[in-house]
Amino acid sequence: MTAHAALAGGEPLLRTVLAVPGAHCAGCIAKIENGLGGMPGLVAARLNVTTRQLTLTHAASLQVPALVEAVGRLGFEAQALSAAATSGPNAESRRLLRATAVAGFASMNVMLLSVSVWSGAEGATRDLFHLLSGLIAVPTVAYSGQPFFRSAWGALRHGRTNMDVPISIGVLLVTALSLFEAMTGGRHAYFDGAVMLLFFLLVGRVLDSIMRDRARDGVTALLKQSAPGAMVTHKDGRSDWLRAEALQPGMRMLVAAGERLAADGIIESGKTSLDLSLLTGESLPQSAGVGDTVHAGTLNLDAPLTVRVTAAAEDSSLAEIARLMGEAGQGRSRYVRIADRAARLYAPAVHTLAAASFVTWLLLGAGWHQALLIAAAVLIITCPCALGLAVPAAQIVAAGSLMRAGVLVKDGTALERLAEADFALFDKTGTLTLGRPELVNARAMPEAAKPVALALAMASRHPLSTAICRELEGIVPARVDSLVETPGRGTSGLWQGQPVSLGRSGEARDAMLAASLVIGGAEPVTLRFRDALRPDVPATLEQLRELGIPSMIATGDRAASVAAATRGLGLTAQTGMRPQDKLDLIDRLQRQGRKVLMIGDGLNDGPALAAGHVSMAPASASDVGQNAADAVFLGDSLLPVAKAVVAARRTMRVVRQNFVVAIGYNVVAVPLAFMGMVTPLIAALAMSGSSIIVVANALRLRSAAQ
Amino acid sequence: MSGLAILIPIALFLGLTGLAAFFWAMRDGQFDDMDGAGMRILIEDEDQ
Repeated sequence: MTAHAALAGGEPLLRTVLAVPGAHCAGCIAKIENGLGGMPGLVAARLNVTTRQLTLTHAASLQVPALVEAVGRLGFEAQALSAAATSGPNAESRRLLRATAVAGFASMNVMLLSVSVWSGAEGATRDLFHLLSGLIAVPTVAYSGQPFFRSAWGALRHGRTNMDVPISIGVLLVTALSLFEAMTGGRHAYFDGAVMLLFFLLVGRVLDSIMRDRARDGVTALLKQSAPGAMVTHKDGRSDWLRAEALQPGMRMLVAAGERLAADGIIESGKTSLDLSLLTGESLPQSAGVGDTVHAGTLNLDAPLTVRVTAAAEDSSLAEIARLMGEAGQGRSRYVRIADRAARLYAPAVHTLAAASFVTWLLLGAGWHQALLIAAAVLIITCPCALGLAVPAAQIVAAGSLMRAGVLVKDGTALERLAEADFALFDKTGTLTLGRPELVNARAMPEAAKPVALALAMASRHPLSTAICRELEGIVPARVDSLVETPGRGTSGLWQGQPVSLGRSGEARDAMLAASLVIGGAEPVTLRFRDALRPDVPATLEQLRELGIPSMIATGDRAASVAAATRGLGLTAQTGMRPQDKLDLIDRLQRQGRKVLMIGDGLNDGPALAAGHVSMAPASASDVGQNAADAVFLGDSLLPVAKAVVAARRTMRVVRQNFVVAIGYNVVAVPLAFMGMVTPLIAALAMSGSSIIVVANALRLRSAAQ
Repeated sequence: MSGLAILIPIALFLGLTGLAAFFWAMRDGQFDDMDGAGMRILIEDEDQ
């Protein structure tokens, strides 16, 4: 805080969040926080290892690229996160956690009092204990029950019913009746049952919510593809780094080679080639010059550009994709969770049973008071305690296992839908392939030329140079003097007195990219590159086939390059597809009764990812792709796709077993309740017993993804 | 039986203290970085 005061001097402070994917240990915390400590203009740095995010408080004069560079100097790759990605801790989870803490506190204390009643407290002592229980339970139900009451009211208002309707009715009725019992000195009060029920159910809700948060944090840490901002030049010659949200039409942004565009615009100066693979799936770079329209998310390959930002016109391809996604996502929201499907059958049955027991006992001559007590016992015993835990417990254990295996699942319904998938649709560029060029003929280079090639490649950020660096890793680069990178042509320099260069090759045929390496007067060597397949593609497709899921390729790329890349996979492919075409294809398949698993990465796949019954995206995908997908898999290998399907199916098997346990317990307990033999003690034992069995069964899924 | 008049309020008070401590810890952000909290005790902060 002293630094804060010293800095104040009228200058406003900013908060910037950087994603630091490489930070994972105590050493990293110390290195980053202490390393940044002395930086002028920086007030505070705090690294969150769980979310891999570094929160910096700094003076406005300290700009984001400088911060990223400072973290880079400490040896960590950092990316500025857009404001939308860093909304802070989830308010929903916190509310649920608070409600659970209150319910936990209340159920422990009420149980303490109940145990003394069960062990024989009589007369005035029992009445006092019942009243005390009521004093604790009533405010608890009013506070902790809110998530259920709200959801039940929402469902009822729309003429639907869900799991929360019988829960709410049961809890409210039982609490009211117990209150009456406590006031009139009755023998049985069910406060402990009502509060414990809320506690167990809230634990289920918290688990569900934590799972969604964890996956969201994981995905946030990966949001890095589209530029979070751009360097903008003002009329008076000053330049400033602005976040993407702050960019406005008419501004001029400078885009360096190797940067992604942060907004749509028109090129004002510069001539370069652009990598549009994120937008169109097309793997071959396209050249662009003054006057050409360029889109956000495009990677600038060769030379710096000045781009005038244009308004996000309604007819721009980005707006079109956003519109398609909005429409495509509507189908998904109609999916009904398995727990709610169960509740549709369960709720009417429970209410009928309770009403029937009330009427039966009245007819048998019992007083309305005793009949109502028995009906309440039926309600509390049938309250879907185990049923409420059955689904989230299984899903969170499976999602944890998948996360360790490199698959981030965004929510529980994603696992339900993944288990149902019976047709897989793959995008090509970036999904079946790595989406980056790989050197295929390293052997064409003489051994002596390799260090020279590496030295030349290291001087450039062009994707082909990066591919050479990757291929030649481990070789010591040669000493090349007067290195120059000429945008659009390549790098050149002097090695042992002879001119050497690595640059554009005349022959670039269909899917093949090529570069030419010239050393002195020797014959030029042509290096060929190809967008290689991900590892384990055939194995993954084979596993999917064994699971009864046939696969197909749907891509925006041209037929020739698709054939070159996927020869030998035995897949049918549709090529040259626009986003709308992919949507139509999915629509056609789903009308045939297929449940489509869409796997894609690009912006152009966004609508298809949103429309598919379930969808997955690689971690290298555009953030549109990652946001639209239900699950994101890490690493180069495609195998996690098959693993996720297997794990999802195992999860659903366990969920069904849990349902059987929960219903089996009802089959035993309901007749007892119906006969009026369930005391609060039996209700408490039955409820916790069945919940523990269900959770223990779910824990078997810990190795679901191995 | 008169012991109850003292013991029950004590039990409730202790329980409420625990609940209040949990609420305070949550508001204070102590659950925001569960992995990092365990690591921070290993950092030596003499050479800052």
